[in-house]
Amino acid sequence: MKTFSGKTLSWQVTDGVIELLLDREPCNEIGSATLAELEQFIDALASLQKTAHALIIFSARKSGFCAGADLRELYHGSQGLPPGERLLGMHSFLERVHHVMNALDAAPLTTIAAVHGVTFGGGFELALTCDLIIADKMARFCFPELRLGLIPGFGGIPRLKRDVGNAVVRDLLLTGRSINATKAQSAGLLSQVTAEGDALRVARATAAQLGKFDRDTAIAAKRFIKPIPHEELRREIDVFCALFTRPAVEAGLRKFVDSKDALPYLP
Amino acid sequence: MMTSHDTLSEVLKLAAAHFSVPREQLTPDDDFFKTLGINSLQALDLLTRLEQHFHIELPDYELQGVSDFRTLAERIQSRL
Repeated sequence: MKTFSGKTLSWQVTDGVIELLLDREPCNEIGSATLAELEQFIDALASLQKTAHALIIFSARKSGFCAGADLRELYHGSQGLPPGERLLGMHSFLERVHHVMNALDAAPLTTIAAVHGVTFGGGFELALTCDLIIADKMARFCFPELRLGLIPGFGGIPRLKRDVGNAVVRDLLLTGRSINATKAQSAGLLSQVTAEGDALRVARATAAQLGKFDRDTAIAAKRFIKPIPHEELRREIDVFCALFTRPAVEAGLRKFVDSKDALPYLP
Repeated sequence: MMTSHDTLSEVLKLAAAHFSVPREQLTPDDDFFKTLGINSLQALDLLTRLEQHFHIELPDYELQGVSDFRTLAERIQSRL
């Protein structure tokens, strides 16, 4: 499928570049609907990559790239279930998310996340699967999971560890604070910071440049410089699931769901 | 070196401009969530603009419970 338009995302191929547009209110929260369409995208990628050398992931939502997992769906979906079933459901969900993230990470084309605004939790983890992150100067990055009694569960910690030093990993993970694009670039997370509203244009220009090089060489280079930390990714699922059924997590999720604010887990 | 008064004045000016509120309607002790009519998402946007404007890094946990311009300016001043 060269083009697709779903409920939460769409894609098209133009001049050898796949553009995957996230578009779900309010800020591309990843729940079952988005995950199912991301799985469709991964299935389609085998065919799309035959005529494409690059993939750009970006957002149509004004507030940002992606605010992470759909915590409201997660909370409501787990209510009333015995702990064992809740855990099985979560484990299955995470396995599916990891399948998508790992496929994006290893995709045999150059992947670019063009981000702006809120790039939090699972959204940050999605961006971290990409080879390059190009950020609008108003982008903000955060792993707020500890505020909910959890750790990031979509592969964020192993991928962050792969890309930057321990001081940054621990700071982001253990404080749950958000950082701006300038800080993220100085930490080594971003390849470019653009003017406000310009990340997609710069990503497209970058993708055009990538198309000038031999495809097989680009794939070999990617595999050489970007190993996938499979063992740590497996462990992350185990740690997440060990934490998930604790009462503190349910309380944290309930507080989030009850809040009327746009981003209730922030100060 | 900016004085506390300068910093407060810059914060008010920037907030007024970005959220399209007349500067004279903002006072230092206003609750900016109420006066500007913003949520925590927009407050983060303001934080990013302030960090860029003052060339500082201001962890969001230092702003926990801060809702007035005067205290916000004091937090910024402590980072200059």
